[in-house]
Amino acid sequence: MSHASLVIVDYGVGNLNSLIRSVRQFTEAVVVSEEPEVIRAAAGIILPGVGAFAAGMRGLERRGLTSLIRELALSNRPLLGICLGAQLLLTEGHEFGIHSGLGVIPGKVVHFPPLPEKEKVPHIGWNSIRPPAPDAWTNTILAPVAPGTQVYFVHSYILEPADSVAVFALTTYGGYQFCAAIRRGNIYGTQFHPEKSGPVGQAIIKQFVALVKQQNEAVKIVITS
Amino acid sequence: MKNIRIIPALHIKGPNVVKPVHTEALRVIGEPQPLAERYYQEGADELIYLDIVASLYQRSLDFDLLRAVTANIFIPVTVGGGIRTIQDINHALRSGADKVALNTYATHRPEFIAEAAEEFGSQCIVLFIEAKQKSAGHYEAYTDGGREPSGREAGEWARQGVELGAGEILISSIDRDGTRRGFDLELIQQITSWAPVPVIGHGGAADPDSVATVIQEGPADAVAASSIFHYQEHSIGAVKEHLRQKGIPVRLI
Repeated sequence: MSHASLVIVDYGVGNLNSLIRSVRQFTEAVVVSEEPEVIRAAAGIILPGVGAFAAGMRGLERRGLTSLIRELALSNRPLLGICLGAQLLLTEGHEFGIHSGLGVIPGKVVHFPPLPEKEKVPHIGWNSIRPPAPDAWTNTILAPVAPGTQVYFVHSYILEPADSVAVFALTTYGGYQFCAAIRRGNIYGTQFHPEKSGPVGQAIIKQFVALVKQQNEAVKIVITS
Repeated sequence: MKNIRIIPALHIKGPNVVKPVHTEALRVIGEPQPLAERYYQEGADELIYLDIVASLYQRSLDFDLLRAVTANIFIPVTVGGGIRTIQDINHALRSGADKVALNTYATHRPEFIAEAAEEFGSQCIVLFIEAKQKSAGHYEAYTDGGREPSGREAGEWARQGVELGAGEILISSIDRDGTRRGFDLELIQQITSWAPVPVIGHGGAADPDSVATVIQEGPADAVAASSIFHYQEHSIGAVKEHLRQKGIPVRLI
């Protein structure tokens, strides 16, 4: 598996095409797979997805991927969850009932509350993101992103990590501030879609690919030494 | 206030981008790929790609062309034209689309909207309505590239589409399309007055000021336009700068 260092997990939800195109701008070492052994061997994992929380978990369970992805994430294997893929990282989702998530980062996924400025939900379009603290993005996949940069969102449910240390980016819609991205070590989740966020989104994908490459090298050094 | 999306629309016939005037007379603009890439570079927030003859000739989209056009574009792309099956939507999504615009087939079989929304989520399903004014305050939805009356009242059809699961409405005025007489505000207001989902106004963009008007008075959540961008009279950046000066939030790059 030395060549396919990055795996995009295909668990039956969403459009993988734009994500594949996006990642291929920076590496050829990427495959789309639902096979546990391919995912286990990957140096980095992207968990994409759009749609409902329960359907996403069902898609993972059906393929026998739930405990595998949890295990890899808890061992700090670089992982990027996008939109639903980010939501699944939390403990539970409150969409069409309460459902267990992967539980990699404590927290829950809840519907937008009534918005002070009465904007429409879903939140569709470009919105600016900012770090929760001035240095929160240093040496992370958001390092090339200037605070206030706009990225593309399309969602009705939001990330609510239990612990504020997991809040990695903030945004405001309809007068309501919420969590736009979560992080725990090498585990990232973005509520927005970097693969559809133009040049700045591409810069984020590039950073993630660089993180995977760097970790991959580190792994090799450990093995050969 | 949220950011307003500015969305160039490419009307595709065969290998070319064309510009319909009142939807029927066509002018060839050029090849779609360089145009799409220029709009991406200029800061388009999304792209709309409509095959305007697919439904009329009962054929499918040219998925290879779609794949080529979207190869270097990393913004959301909405694709319409001749979509009749879940398989068509799958194919479009695998060829570069992020959302699909449903029109002709959905008017014949509205349940298709619900089936598509269930399979791909409402955020993926845009109800595309091409409307023609019949009398004061009354608009009829047309199909097959604006040629065939559907017998459906535009506002009523929009309401039904949203109930069935459409996540956005693209409302286009056949009377204004390509005329540069400004948007049909009354038509757009008939939808925005109640719609819980985003409404994209299209048809009649004349200049940056007409775009500002449809945002402020529509009030449209997003604006689609083609002629004013195709002929390079106004770049997307220039239109957005004008909107910003009028106090309308937009994404500037």
